[in-house]
Amino acid sequence: MYKDYQIVHKKVLTQEITQISVYAPLIARKAKAGQFVILRVEENGERIPLTISSCNEGLVTVIFQRIGATTMKLGELDEGDCLTDFVGPLGRPTEIEGCRRVAVLGGGLGCAIALPVAKALHNAGAQVDLIGGFKTKDIVILEEEMKAACTDLHICTDDGSYGYSGFVTGKLEELIQSGIRFDHVFAIGPLMMMKFACRLTARYNIPTIVSMNPIMIDGTGMCGCCRVTVGGEVKFACVDGPDFDGHLVDFDETIARASTYREFEQAQKQAHLCRLGGGVLNG
Amino acid sequence: MADLSLTKTKMAEQAPDVRSANFLEVALGYTKEEAMAEARRCLVCRNPHCIEGCPVSVPIPTFISKLRDGDLEGAYAHLSRANALPAVCGRVCPQERQCESHCVRGIKGEPVGIGRLERFVADWAMENDVSNLDIQPKNGHKVAVVGSGPAGLTCAGELARMGFEVTVFEAFHTAGGVLSYGIPEFRLPKRIVRHEVDNLRKMGVEIKLNMVIGKILSIDELFEDGYEAVFVGTGAGLPMFMKIPGESLVGVYSANEYLTRVNLMKAYVEGSPTPIMHSKRVVVVGGGNVAMDAARCAKRLGADVHIVYRRSEAELPARAEEVHHAKEEGIVFDLLTNPLSITGDEKGRVSRITCIRMELGEPDASGRRRPVPIDGSEFEIETDTVIMALGTSPNPLIRTTTPGLETNRKGCIVTAEDGSTSRDGIFAGGDASTGAATVILAMGAGKAAAKSISEYILNK
Repeated sequence: MYKDYQIVHKKVLTQEITQISVYAPLIARKAKAGQFVILRVEENGERIPLTISSCNEGLVTVIFQRIGATTMKLGELDEGDCLTDFVGPLGRPTEIEGCRRVAVLGGGLGCAIALPVAKALHNAGAQVDLIGGFKTKDIVILEEEMKAACTDLHICTDDGSYGYSGFVTGKLEELIQSGIRFDHVFAIGPLMMMKFACRLTARYNIPTIVSMNPIMIDGTGMCGCCRVTVGGEVKFACVDGPDFDGHLVDFDETIARASTYREFEQAQKQAHLCRLGGGVLNG
Repeated sequence: MADLSLTKTKMAEQAPDVRSANFLEVALGYTKEEAMAEARRCLVCRNPHCIEGCPVSVPIPTFISKLRDGDLEGAYAHLSRANALPAVCGRVCPQERQCESHCVRGIKGEPVGIGRLERFVADWAMENDVSNLDIQPKNGHKVAVVGSGPAGLTCAGELARMGFEVTVFEAFHTAGGVLSYGIPEFRLPKRIVRHEVDNLRKMGVEIKLNMVIGKILSIDELFEDGYEAVFVGTGAGLPMFMKIPGESLVGVYSANEYLTRVNLMKAYVEGSPTPIMHSKRVVVVGGGNVAMDAARCAKRLGADVHIVYRRSEAELPARAEEVHHAKEEGIVFDLLTNPLSITGDEKGRVSRITCIRMELGEPDASGRRRPVPIDGSEFEIETDTVIMALGTSPNPLIRTTTPGLETNRKGCIVTAEDGSTSRDGIFAGGDASTGAATVILAMGAGKAAAKSISEYILNK
């Protein structure tokens, strides 16, 4: 029998990206595509939100990039270790009703979140083009899983080392121009990618859902830290989202807000690396 | 013979210039001698009015006379029987508007320092490891309490004393609700909250953390799990904003966020992994206890702090002692002032706030004189941080996942006097049903609901 919040499986996907499956049967039973958990790795630790990638037999799988002090500590835990806290499922599930012909865009780590959304749409009978974008071939993740979760998978790399050469927006536009009439686009990834995806789909008038991942603390609507301006109205990503109509999101404001603690985060990361004995993952 | 001095026995405090640079408790509490001296000021009225002013009906003259007799254990037994969180209430209750406002000694001179005595007795019990485990035998009935703030903890404590098996579900990783995330360390040390929560555990209350009811389990699923009644004490957690331009700039916080980072996440401790802005100047908007708490935290983090409030000093809703302490600590009060907009720099970070002067007009619906803007009186305050402390509204998580649970237009759960709701077996109290109010009112509601829950289950 596993302990609560125990890491049951761990898989290092790339140099920066790790997948863990955590024992949390009540969350696993309830979670739907698009929802997230908040976890802590130590007493007095930071609370960080991570979108749920999949759930299976009492296990909740999350995939994360080891880019900050907390995600690095999380990456250092092994199978058998327990997280300090694991809360969820938070946020509203992605709404997939009424979708028949869709494109799901995943940017980098965003593919881990795009995967369950594509799978849910595909299982609900929609025809799904899944477009996964990465910087380069070496960091492509989840290719097999993504292939199984859609009608057509298109891998893109910024440097052209694998699949389509260019950004996911380029591939999407190519598909649109080839005559596919998408009724919805789902864009999940870095803010810049989502911003440009929305700019493109606005031109073609295709309703577009984005998954926002702003700074959060409680994840239950209490702190208001995760507010996003959508169509001129302030929304809380944790309870009103994380999915929003991408054509109404004020991306520039969100990009500025995401930088609130950048200096602090850099310093924390450096401090953590120093404790480990020097800049292994420099940058 | 009672001590007839007209003023309360003084309580030692950290000096303002010292405490404004640390997070240690401001008020240091009475020594035993001071407590005995203050207890001697109580006339032990045969027909005491102070109790009427207490939402949880602490038998004030009884515990004070026990204290006066040197029977501290007896004093604590009487106090803790009526009040599940005496060390908390002794520190954060607005006594001047409750028990102490009814004290006959207050007619001529200052009332008895009931809050200070309550704190002394509770702290004595904590230091001497005295608990009140006078509990009825277990009756086998299960009750779920949602939320571990003042209402939930009180309800849980009362029910546990009556013999019920109580499970408290808390969304955060720490129990205590607003006592943990909201009220700062210098006003309510977290070891006090932990101690009061541990007391409940000793009484057999089970506390499950990281459980967001409405998400991981619905209230209906709690009934399916065998709980015979559910008390909803989820508070009013959703922060309000003013809907003025610039509220989403970097450097604008809700008071909830600011206080949660500082208190719950310990952002003030060197090396904390949770960041907080180290601001040069902070403007706090609002005049309640939460505004005072946020302002005083910002001061301790090294900022020059202004409180902007649209009414005058007389209308400040904060507890008198908090306003007094804030002023002593050098916080500037810009009264009769209302913000119009917040302006940012090219990076989207706050650079200044534009305000307008107000004057008081005719009384409004709340009976307070309505503040009216003075034309042409706009002015700017340069600042890098703005904290909005405008109040909070109830969290929709329970409301939206519990069919048939009636709420009002503001999202508050509609309750009868006894805490019952539109759904059989669901009771509610505290800020979740009243909207943002005080710790002690929430505790009063938790206590009343516990009595109703007991009657509901035992008469079924």
